[in-house]
Amino acid sequence: MKDSKFKKLDWLILPILGVGAVLILWQVVSASVSKELPNPGKTWAASKAYVVEPFAKRGEMDQGILRFTWYSLVLVAKGYALALLIGTPLGFCLGLSKTFAKTFDPIIQILRPVSPLAWLPLGLVLFLGAGKQASELGALFTIAVCAMWPTVLNTAVGVRAVPQDYLNVARVLKLSRTKTLFKVLIPATLPYMFTGFRLSLGIAWLVIVAAEMLTGRPGVGGFLWQEYNALVYEHIILCIITIGIVGFVLDRLMSVIERRFKTA
Amino acid sequence: MSHYVELSNLTKIYDTPKGPAVIVRDFNLTIAKGEFVTLIGHSGCGKSTVLSMLAGLNPISGGGIVLAGRELVGPGPDRGMVFQSPSLLPWLTAYENVMLGVDQVFYTADPEERRDIAEYYLTVVGLGDAMHKKPGELSQGMRQRVGIARAFALKPKMLLLDEPFGMLDSLTRYELQAVLLELWRKNQMTALMVTHDVDEALYLSDRVVCMTNGPEAEVGEIVSVHFPRPRDRKAVMEHPDYYPLRERLIEFLEVHAHRGLSRGEAGGPPGHPGNGSPRPSPKAELLLNPA
Ligand SMILES: Nc1ncnc2c1ncn2[C@@H]1O[C@H](COP(=O)(O)OP(=O)(O)OP(=O)(O)O)[C@@H](O)[C@H]1O
Ligand SMILES: [Mg+2]
Repeated sequence: MKDSKFKKLDWLILPILGVGAVLILWQVVSASVSKELPNPGKTWAASKAYVVEPFAKRGEMDQGILRFTWYSLVLVAKGYALALLIGTPLGFCLGLSKTFAKTFDPIIQILRPVSPLAWLPLGLVLFLGAGKQASELGALFTIAVCAMWPTVLNTAVGVRAVPQDYLNVARVLKLSRTKTLFKVLIPATLPYMFTGFRLSLGIAWLVIVAAEMLTGRPGVGGFLWQEYNALVYEHIILCIITIGIVGFVLDRLMSVIERRFKTA
Repeated sequence: MSHYVELSNLTKIYDTPKGPAVIVRDFNLTIAKGEFVTLIGHSGCGKSTVLSMLAGLNPISGGGIVLAGRELVGPGPDRGMVFQSPSLLPWLTAYENVMLGVDQVFYTADPEERRDIAEYYLTVVGLGDAMHKKPGELSQGMRQRVGIARAFALKPKMLLLDEPFGMLDSLTRYELQAVLLELWRKNQMTALMVTHDVDEALYLSDRVVCMTNGPEAEVGEIVSVHFPRPRDRKAVMEHPDYYPLRERLIEFLEVHAHRGLSRGEAGGPPGHPGNGSPRPSPKAELLLNPA
């Protein structure tokens, strides 16, 4: 009897226990190994103002945590949109044309593993002429160039996996190229594309933090780096937790959308 | 118009790692306008290969196909196709699947006319209430109905059917055979259908073409089926010629299954115990006129 009651509340109790365990470990580490690491209590005390008034704006680099998050999300949205805009057609070309794939596959394989930290300086150089806009454009470039690969590759795989039966329908009806693309290829590839979109969003969110750190733009990453320099270590932890939660929420949202297209 | 469809010396050779594989060689067949022909033969002998060459989906290695006086090149909506799996687009409803073709073929007609065509054929095959469902929400049999509606809605010159009822239970199969037969009769369509089911072949067709075993399969024997039309299943099965015909087809298949001989000796089935009638020579047409 007792057992089954516990089982029902598993989903709630076990995660709470997990969080508790990590908090204790954190407390222990801050008390023994690293005296500089603020303990959970101190972290909360120092972060309270940013969490309780999440949209406050006290200064350029002193704002509520959700306000910072918002700045980051806006930049991510732009960079991500760019990534999809470039990545999806590129994926289609790779999937449709063997020649195209053979030509560009080596370059893609080489560019794909390059870290955002390596791309960002290039992005800044690229837009040096843009003046004040340079840091934003550089950041967008970096997000797009790092985040597009899962979209490119998944779309390409999806296009190659379109069943011959569907293509035959198009051939028999003599659909034009555009009609074949919009009526057959894109709908058939959609589930793969959305898997790519979800993975790309995850990467875009990873990249934004790095981009903000290096450019000093206001946002979660910029705030984190500034507070590190200002020796307010509690806020580093606050930022990490925020970044994690936002990333998790974004992933959940995308997988809900993804699933809708999978069943269609 | 007795040569509406003409397959002459049709040959298919696949390039395999072990060298060229001749699947079908010198396949000759003519079909009259409005005729219903079925193709039977052992699994893997090349029936689907012949059909897909007719459909234009499989390149021809040799010989040619003429449909309504014109040499066939590539696929086109002038040949309606119904395959074992109806290959509907799963993101479109039944109606939209039919409309995709209707819009394409009847682009000069106005939208209401096109809608009427799609709705008419979907209703005729019995999907009046389910035409706005997606294939995923339809049963296997209903999907096949959509496939049939789609094929007929485009008013093709000829109909190609590859084991269209192979995956259905027998009750649904009977129902759909009747639906197909009715549509075929009303539209005076020319049809070539592949089947494994001898009873289906006898119920539906004017002629049954038996293919020899592959490799290098060709037309082995052609059996004419002269049951009166419109046909009724019961009347067909009670017809005195039904069992002799059925026997003959099954025998052809059996002989070719157990044949360890070269293809030169295909055809002439040996005498059958308990059946005194003389066997016709290979490739001769057996004409059995109903009384
Ligand atoms: N792409 C290919 N390359 C090489 N051989 C092939 C290829 N496609 C089919 N074949 C061979 O051609 C032969 C005929 O195949 P086909 O599908 O036409 O047979 P079938 O008579 O329709 O059989 P079933 O009754 O099982 O549907 C088979 O032996 C098959 O192995
Ligand atoms: Mg077949």
